[in-house]
Amino acid sequence: MIIEHPLLGPRDAAEFTYMGDAALIDRPDWQSQTAAQDFYEYGYLRDNPAGWHKELWFHEAGDRSWLVVTRNTVTHEISTVELARDVARARGRSK
Amino acid sequence: MTQHNRFSKGGQIDRTTPQQFVFDGKSYEGYAGDTLASALLANGVRLMGRSFKYHRPRGVLTAGSEEPNALVELREGNRQEPNTRATTAELYDGLTAKSQNRLGSLRFDLLAINDRLSNFFTAGFYYKTFMWPAAFWEKLYEPIIRHAAGLGSLSLKDDPDVYDKGFLHCDLLIIGAGPAGLAAALTAGRAGADVIIADEDFRMGGRLNSETFVLGDDSGADWAAASVGELQNLPNVRVMPRTTIIGAFDHGIYGAVERISDHLKTPEAGKPRQILWRIYSQRTILAAGATERPIAFENNDRPGIMLASALRTYANRFSVTADKRVAIFTNNDDGHRTARDLHAKGVKIAAVVDIRPDIPRSTDYEVLQGEVIDTKGRLGLTFVDVQLADGSTRVLDCGALGVSGGWNPNVHMTCHQRGRPQWNDTLAAFVPGADLPQGMTVAGAAKGDLSTAGALEGGRAAALATLDLKTTNVDLPVAEDAPIALKPFWYVEGCSRAWLDPQNDVTVKDVKLSHQEGFRSVEHLKRYTTLGMATDQGKTSNMGGLAIMAELAGKSIPDVGTTIFRPPYTPTAIGAFGGRHRGQDFHPKRLTPSHQWATEQGAVFVEVGNWLRAQWFPRDGETTWRESVDREVLATRASVGVCDVTTLGKVDVQGTDAADFLNKIYCNGFAKLAVGKTRYGLMLREDGIAMDDGTAARLAEDHFVVTTTTANALPVYRHMEFVRQCLFPDMDVQLISTTEAWAQYAVAGPNSRSVLEKIVDQDISNDAFPFMACANITVCGGLRARLFRISFSGELAFEIAVPTAYGDALMRRIMDVGAEHDITPYGTEALGVMRIEKGHAAGNELNGTTTAQNLGMGRMVSKKKDSIGSILSEREGLNMADDLRQIGIKPVDPDALVPAGAHLMKMDGPVDAAHDQGYVTSACYSPNLGHAIALGFLKNGSERLGERMRLVSPLTQIETEVEIVSAHFIDPEGGRLRA
Repeated sequence: MIIEHPLLGPRDAAEFTYMGDAALIDRPDWQSQTAAQDFYEYGYLRDNPAGWHKELWFHEAGDRSWLVVTRNTVTHEISTVELARDVARARGRSK
Repeated sequence: MTQHNRFSKGGQIDRTTPQQFVFDGKSYEGYAGDTLASALLANGVRLMGRSFKYHRPRGVLTAGSEEPNALVELREGNRQEPNTRATTAELYDGLTAKSQNRLGSLRFDLLAINDRLSNFFTAGFYYKTFMWPAAFWEKLYEPIIRHAAGLGSLSLKDDPDVYDKGFLHCDLLIIGAGPAGLAAALTAGRAGADVIIADEDFRMGGRLNSETFVLGDDSGADWAAASVGELQNLPNVRVMPRTTIIGAFDHGIYGAVERISDHLKTPEAGKPRQILWRIYSQRTILAAGATERPIAFENNDRPGIMLASALRTYANRFSVTADKRVAIFTNNDDGHRTARDLHAKGVKIAAVVDIRPDIPRSTDYEVLQGEVIDTKGRLGLTFVDVQLADGSTRVLDCGALGVSGGWNPNVHMTCHQRGRPQWNDTLAAFVPGADLPQGMTVAGAAKGDLSTAGALEGGRAAALATLDLKTTNVDLPVAEDAPIALKPFWYVEGCSRAWLDPQNDVTVKDVKLSHQEGFRSVEHLKRYTTLGMATDQGKTSNMGGLAIMAELAGKSIPDVGTTIFRPPYTPTAIGAFGGRHRGQDFHPKRLTPSHQWATEQGAVFVEVGNWLRAQWFPRDGETTWRESVDREVLATRASVGVCDVTTLGKVDVQGTDAADFLNKIYCNGFAKLAVGKTRYGLMLREDGIAMDDGTAARLAEDHFVVTTTTANALPVYRHMEFVRQCLFPDMDVQLISTTEAWAQYAVAGPNSRSVLEKIVDQDISNDAFPFMACANITVCGGLRARLFRISFSGELAFEIAVPTAYGDALMRRIMDVGAEHDITPYGTEALGVMRIEKGHAAGNELNGTTTAQNLGMGRMVSKKKDSIGSILSEREGLNMADDLRQIGIKPVDPDALVPAGAHLMKMDGPVDAAHDQGYVTSACYSPNLGHAIALGFLKNGSERLGERMRLVSPLTQIETEVEIVSAHFIDPEGGRLRA
């Protein structure tokens, strides 16, 4: 596969390490009343769709960016690639 | 007479270059340009192998890479290569080959008895026969089957040749250099595109080399040669003969194997045998041609029975006939071409048997409407029995029979990305579907355009469309443009021992049997009968099986569907996938800056996370590793030792939020760590399990140096970047791995301070530089360095780091100034012994199943802050009253062994998994205590100190009585650390 890195252009997938569902960005609030249940769901209940999926790729043999790659798990078509940091900020994460 | 089946002229062989070769110990002669198969046929050798199951005599069926029968062991000694197709093995002077899958000689194979037992060996015979009695499987059946199974044999010697890997990029990849591929390449090449054209054959041109067609004023072969010549002169075109595209992968990436040296006796100096290319293409034209398919009839597997198109290839390209008398059996017009070509070369045509009523007649030879119902000839064809349309029978006297059942487009590559082929009624074959791999266009026979004119036109059109060109600068020659005339016909009614897959010995009867037994899916048929599972992957056999299955199920062939085509297209040597990654070079080797010094000391090295680390330093007179390790441990604890710890992961953490960041990644707190202090840190995974441990040293308010274990350096760094970028994107913190920037040495033992005082430029007395202190310092009069007062051994110890370039010099200096204290270098084994003596957890304890609680560090998990893993570490399941706790173990008998991996059981009660109490994680001999010691985990272990238990290792049959003790065997109060 070829991943269109937002900063570096097309890169071979062999340069990356894969981690899975980009929902891992949405780490729950540790002080919530339901923190135990929230973290359980965060850690163990993930979607594994046959089709479009947002997932985390780490450019380990490259610039060490974490990317959010929107990929069709059936066809391996890739529609968008974003810096995970931008996605995290857009989802309201900060410090 | 040699080469008595060679015509006196013609063909694309070089008669001025005769080549001697040996097959099964007998010498023959062929010519440059031959394949092993064509050279054997020229010499009248029809028998080339034995079938897999029944050991039936077999000859060549095809003239290409789809060959199922003529597999040989090519070359001898280290270069012996099993299962090589004689049809693609290029002849060279001095070639040696052996037939395979025989017991005894090829002519008198003792396992041919299997053929007599064929009723016993039908589809599914493994499942049916070897089920009972159960004990017979291991003792009787399996050894016999293992002995009889497999085709070629391995030499079991190292391959002396090199296999390379490479990367290529192009605008357009053209797969196949037949008429369609060449027309496409000329069009794209003249237009200036970056083109790669690859073909598996050593002579490009595809069927143009095998036919007598003319293209304009030239023969097809001459037109192909001229086209290839032009392409080779274009700087923007890379012409790759002997190159098989083995698979279509994602996003226009193709795998290709280029056989650089397979056509030579030994590779030229400095050249690899093969290169595995990864080709990145913007667009691809698949022009892979088509493969003729046979018709199944009784005893259709005798040597001499082959595809009609293969007979033409041998005659026209190699100037060889399989026999002086040839018959043809066909269901289409193409089969008649073989009769015409062979007749023109003087071969006697016994008859052309065509199943169709309206068949093209000939004045040169007899044409019969009928079917071949049986054949004769033990080691090669002698007679063919024909049943004519009027019911009468005829016997044809011939040594070769060409069979044509139509052509299957080579759609394989169109299906590697889950594409499904479509049925075409005119061809009675599958053609490429609409769901092609990204960027692929199909042209020529692979698309179903079987005529030469159609292929040329299709190739040019594909190139124009692919490159978005409006006009062309390629004028195509006038070429043959015959329509398809075919009546689908798969097998002769009433036949049973009629082979579909000759290599795996799958017959029409087997397919019928599997249907009768309920295997209705085509994938089940394949696995039950092994149809199409041979080295040729069913290139000539699958369609026949599908057709019979469809008929039995009352469905159409497209409703039955095909099995999935998967890479590689043809068998590929494991060596090509391995490339240069073998032996010493299997993976990269990382050397520490003082590796050369350690080598000079005679160190024994061990691989840790690709690093080579000194394991111990044997001295003269030491005969076992234990002697060396015991000496290193005792010397360190008595005086001073030095150990290379460069390989520990080091991450530089800087920024105003650096302390907050460490609070997130470590379960214990770091915000209040004073500048100039170091703290042990335990990292949890988000699920609450311990991930890694190490130290974090605060060199400045906004600057920490974090260490990780050697093996986890990479995943921990990845995790830290995940936390930084994905979870806390606005933290002002930067990370960089500095593992390779600093050489680091542990100097441990009561004399470590007095050694280092001679090197460092500042006061390191206990008051000035207490336990857990850290600082940026200078050494040797000004060289920048870092000093940490941390200890893994439990002794007074320091770790000192200098820039990598100075690592070797620092090690030598430490050894020099330490000489007066008899400083002893120690390796990872002594390091391990000392940390077990001290009760420090390491990788064996942080094994991916243990929590902070288990490790006895439960109270370290801060509840006052958010850190990775803190919430889930509180889960009920991880906080049971009888949880495992890290403990120490010592044998009651001081001479007893305590093996790691052994399990702890109560003194009474059963020894089984249900009564398991815990297990040993790390064990060693303690030279300080004079007996074995171990660390392990025990249920509720911290409350069970002093308990006697049984330590059992059923695998090694060890059972020992042990006592549970504190994990801190040495200096439990830690007085030495603070000295």
